[in-house]
Amino acid sequence: MKIQVPELSLVVMIGATGSGKSTFARRWFGAAEVISSDSCREMVSNNENAMDASEDAFELLFYIVGKRLKRGLLTVVDATNVRSEDRKKLVALAREYHTLPVAIVMNMPDKVCLSRNEARADRNLPAHVVTGHIHTLRKGMGRLKDEGFRKIYELRGEDQVAAVTGITREPMWNVKKEEQGPFDIIGDIHGCYTELCQLLTKLGHTVDAAAHTVEVVAGRKLVFLGDLCDRGPDTPSVYKLVMHAVQHGRALCVPGNHDMKLLKYLRGRNVQLSHGLKDTVEQLAAEDTAFIEALKVFLDGLVSHYVLDNGRLVVAHAGLKEEMHGRGSGAVREFCLYGETTGETDEFGLPVRYNWAAAYTGKAMVIYGHTPVYAAQWFNNTMDIDTGCVFGGKLTAMRYPEKVLVDVPALATYVEPARPIRMPGTGINLQHEQDDVLDIEDLMGKQVIETALLNNITIREEYTAAALETMSRFSIHPKWLMYLPPTMSPSETSALPDYLEHPAGAFSYYRRNDVRQVICEEKHMGSRAIVIVCKDNRVVADRFGIEDNSIGTCYTRTGRAFFQDKTTEQAFLEMVRDALTTRHFWEEQETDWVCLDCELMPWNAKAQALLQHQYAATGTAAVHAMDAVVSVLRSTDNPAVTTLRNDFEERADMCRRFTAAYRQYCWEVKSLADYQLAPFHIIATEGRTWFDKDHVWHMETIGHYCGGERNPMIRTDWKLVNLDDEESVAEAVGWWEALTANGGEGMVVKSLSFIERGSKGLLQPAIKTRGREYLRIIYGAEYTAPVNLTRLKQRGLGTKRALALKEFALGVQAATHFVAKEPLRKVHQCVFGLLALESEPVDPRL
Amino acid sequence: MLLTITTTHTPATDLGYLLHKHPAKVQEVELGKGKAHIFYPVANEQECTCALLLDIDQVGLVRANSGTSGNAFALEQYVNDRPYVASSIMSNAISKAFASALNGKCKDRPELVATAMPFEVKLSVLPVNGGEEMLYRMFGPLGYKITAIQHILDDQFPEWGNSRYFTVTLTQTTTLHTLLSHLYILIPVMDNSKHYWVNREEIEKLLAKGKGWLEKHPERQLIARRYLRHKTSLMNDAMTMLMKDDIPEEIVNAERAETIALPKPKLHDARLQIVCDELLSTPVRSVVDLGCGEGKLVKLLLTHPQLTHITGMDVSSRSLEIAYQKLRYDQLPDNQRKRLKLILGSLVYRDRRIEGFDAAALVEVIEHLDPERLRAMEKCVFEYARPAKVVVTTPNKEWNVTFTTDGQMMRHTDHRFEWTRTQFSEWCRKICEEYGYEAAIKPVGEEVEGAGAPTQMAVFIRK
Repeated sequence: MKIQVPELSLVVMIGATGSGKSTFARRWFGAAEVISSDSCREMVSNNENAMDASEDAFELLFYIVGKRLKRGLLTVVDATNVRSEDRKKLVALAREYHTLPVAIVMNMPDKVCLSRNEARADRNLPAHVVTGHIHTLRKGMGRLKDEGFRKIYELRGEDQVAAVTGITREPMWNVKKEEQGPFDIIGDIHGCYTELCQLLTKLGHTVDAAAHTVEVVAGRKLVFLGDLCDRGPDTPSVYKLVMHAVQHGRALCVPGNHDMKLLKYLRGRNVQLSHGLKDTVEQLAAEDTAFIEALKVFLDGLVSHYVLDNGRLVVAHAGLKEEMHGRGSGAVREFCLYGETTGETDEFGLPVRYNWAAAYTGKAMVIYGHTPVYAAQWFNNTMDIDTGCVFGGKLTAMRYPEKVLVDVPALATYVEPARPIRMPGTGINLQHEQDDVLDIEDLMGKQVIETALLNNITIREEYTAAALETMSRFSIHPKWLMYLPPTMSPSETSALPDYLEHPAGAFSYYRRNDVRQVICEEKHMGSRAIVIVCKDNRVVADRFGIEDNSIGTCYTRTGRAFFQDKTTEQAFLEMVRDALTTRHFWEEQETDWVCLDCELMPWNAKAQALLQHQYAATGTAAVHAMDAVVSVLRSTDNPAVTTLRNDFEERADMCRRFTAAYRQYCWEVKSLADYQLAPFHIIATEGRTWFDKDHVWHMETIGHYCGGERNPMIRTDWKLVNLDDEESVAEAVGWWEALTANGGEGMVVKSLSFIERGSKGLLQPAIKTRGREYLRIIYGAEYTAPVNLTRLKQRGLGTKRALALKEFALGVQAATHFVAKEPLRKVHQCVFGLLALESEPVDPRL
Repeated sequence: MLLTITTTHTPATDLGYLLHKHPAKVQEVELGKGKAHIFYPVANEQECTCALLLDIDQVGLVRANSGTSGNAFALEQYVNDRPYVASSIMSNAISKAFASALNGKCKDRPELVATAMPFEVKLSVLPVNGGEEMLYRMFGPLGYKITAIQHILDDQFPEWGNSRYFTVTLTQTTTLHTLLSHLYILIPVMDNSKHYWVNREEIEKLLAKGKGWLEKHPERQLIARRYLRHKTSLMNDAMTMLMKDDIPEEIVNAERAETIALPKPKLHDARLQIVCDELLSTPVRSVVDLGCGEGKLVKLLLTHPQLTHITGMDVSSRSLEIAYQKLRYDQLPDNQRKRLKLILGSLVYRDRRIEGFDAAALVEVIEHLDPERLRAMEKCVFEYARPAKVVVTTPNKEWNVTFTTDGQMMRHTDHRFEWTRTQFSEWCRKICEEYGYEAAIKPVGEEVEGAGAPTQMAVFIRK
């Protein structure tokens, strides 16, 4: 005999002391699956026989069982469980986690239990206790079903125990992880057969409306979200088509509340013929009994919900919270059919529905229907696609995994809805509404963020605390922050005597990691800026959920507004927008917004305070002091000062070069025309990121939109370098030398691909090689003095590089989430994490 | 970085005896982070000049300090004026190079110590906090003739204005000992910024240097204050406490003096009392103070046994640390500690920990939020946390006319906005409408005709 248990169940062993529960459990279940009261007793008291520790022991047992069930693990409870009240607690626990309780009763003859009890050296209970157990057990046997056990196995005597040949674990009906689609998921049909046929045809399937059959495009599968019947004109045809498709493996179907009510009716139960059931009943009157019987079987066999595509997709009629995915309980079924209600009724007398999706943070995408909406919209990775066809709306299908919506309009308003469906224009975007405020719980404490590029990135708690303050006090609205750029490491410290950095270092990094082609881009000396610009302010409202009449934003690499003043910001962005519009960017890139990674000049536009208080101040102090020193030394008529004089003359020259270096990154900003924007990455446009394109594509594409009258966008010079070709390398070095000779910042070297991996994993997305003169403003005017340079060369890049990779992965992930219309919470977790990483102490000169 | 002392005393070369440095030699003294060169550009009977040239090791300066404090990684630590100016390092160099002269000793020619000589001192360059006027205020009362050239920040960008660096020439007939002690104290005082490696003995030494003139100086308060500020910025609180007994009373008091330039109405405590009364006017059992800062309101609330749960929330972990200290959290008895919780949180993120309170206070908080993020705060407080009572205070912009004519001026550099009474009541009305509250607006502080009270308060009651 084989015992069958659902693969996700709570197996409760029931039996008197000495009935063989523990032996049985050990024999047929995994060691970790069996939680016994004895071992819990031992854990809390050092002694598994300490009966006075029972209360604590059971508390522990319940705790462990709860954790296991929460994690979706089959669990066996090995305790006597002969009393009804003990079992009820376990059944309640199983229900709490939506798992099925199963009872295995060891109903042994008295003498078996008694003799085993006596044979026990460690614990031998008085005989009356054992017989008491047995008595209680037998008295309660009949109640097990009422107590809520789904399956009950009773083993009478040792023969039956010996006859057990195994335990079969039945897979959950609702888990079809192997079904990977692609799917066409169809919302509530309610008897709208003609629209169904039109929709299926529009989806590319071949429908024979008269025969009620559909040939599904090869490889795809249909998923019906229930509520096939009631209210509409032709329920029988809808069922016929769906049943045929399901039976031929072309479709899956979950039940809706209307379907289940119909089943009740068909079974002869007393149900009110309300909410359109009357129409269905009339329509079915013409059908033969064979169909009616088949329909009953079909409806009876419907599984509450499905978990598909390896857990990435969940379909249920009224949606489903995460803790119920793939679980089985009455509550799960109820939820799938009716959703959650608040217990109140609205002004139309209908139950007020609690929007479970508002609190949904699960990984699986949930597609559902049940509540008619004017238009389907993403909300926390869920979508209600019941667009009220029967109420004169439309019938909608969602293609998975494409996430494309396909719909057909209703041919008529078959019934008026009792509660008005939210009208266009007044419709609130639920996601944007919710994203006004994100939950701190998702951001604080130690964070582990999943990224596609680096797997899990851990952010330490003290850094998230720092990020909270920065984000709250200084950053712009999180709705804008779809991307932050990573920090950039300098090239390997140069071995050349006069240089701290040199292109050879960056080239060697990529060559060492088997990259053959790199791109060198001129590094403008301004401030890093992320520019998001939209075609118009409607796009800002619709896509970003910000209603302030702006057309975009411009922020720094730490998420602060670049411009102090909103009017200037918008005027500047308008220039960018107009330049893009004039050159047909929106049409060519098929988008109505764009996010650009740029350098914004002049440097003093953002860094005026820094320049005045630090650079200019240091420069003027140095030059005047040095001039005084040199002049005093020159007038000193003592040969002993010669060395000093030579030394300070050289140093005075370095100080003048320092001033010369920072000066060229500054110019006076009198009007908007004095700003220059040099974009170098197109981060994202509607529906996609551009990380899959190489840097030549980025530079060339951006190049089309740069330059010309009234266009703040300027082109950036770049060179493609073949690292195997010495000439190509020498040319690049020469180019860099020319760029930097007069204080130019230098260049950025990147692998040709945006995302590149080497044998040891992800590579630096970019490495900066800064000019010798430029570095004076970083390392101090006199850093080139040999005595300084030798010491400065003792720098380590490891921390900086590790940081750059983590930030890169987080930035890419944030943008990826954003274009996929994931809830802002997920985007912000990445951005917040990135900012938190920035509080890690790293030498700022790198 | 350069100090020259010239005398025309006859014979001028007496300066060499006084300084205990031979005019024909080029000498060097080691300093903490570099060295100083001493040489004589001119040395004859008529005129003698001694130069003290600082040669600071820029790289070493940084390396020695990294890894200690929180801003060890600020870029400004690496590129700054310190190697090029006369700062506390110059004082340090004076005490090292001219130790005996500074202490009023001269082994070979003791009679010279008390001899007043004509001196000309040149400093290239001296950073001055407070502008040219400050030079006159500091050196004028000591009898110097002052010539100062202020250097422009960058002659290519005249619009950036002047720097705080001066090439300064001071002339006076006095003793070298007095001259050096003036320079020793006043150079860092002029600079008034943080400096390096001042230890306790040096502070004592510095105080000794002021004997005989500092107590008569009309700016002695300011000198003492600036002077001490350097030290406290370097030393931890415990060190300051330790030293307190060693420091003259006057200096300690000067440190305590108010230095805030903006008029700060002394209404903070009164305001907190009013908010507290308002919160407790109904049988409220639990209060959350949103933006509790250093915990002043929380402290006040703790004294009311009516409250069983008091939570203070702030976005700055530093503020919370201070609050823990000020409330002596560790020393509170268990039953008190149970009532109190301080949490790190933000008003622009939803926080379930602030839900379920009877009342919430936002005292001088909303004006620190960017207007575009106000909505998030509103939702956090009035939609999600939804306490039955919310007390909000914010400055009344109109009242600013009592201290400024500048309509743009705000009372705190971090204020993102300040509202007039109309703006505030409009905002309150909107909140009530949207979230189902009723509000009463009350003035806090003494009202001024036509301008209202300094602070406005709204008490929201959930409908």
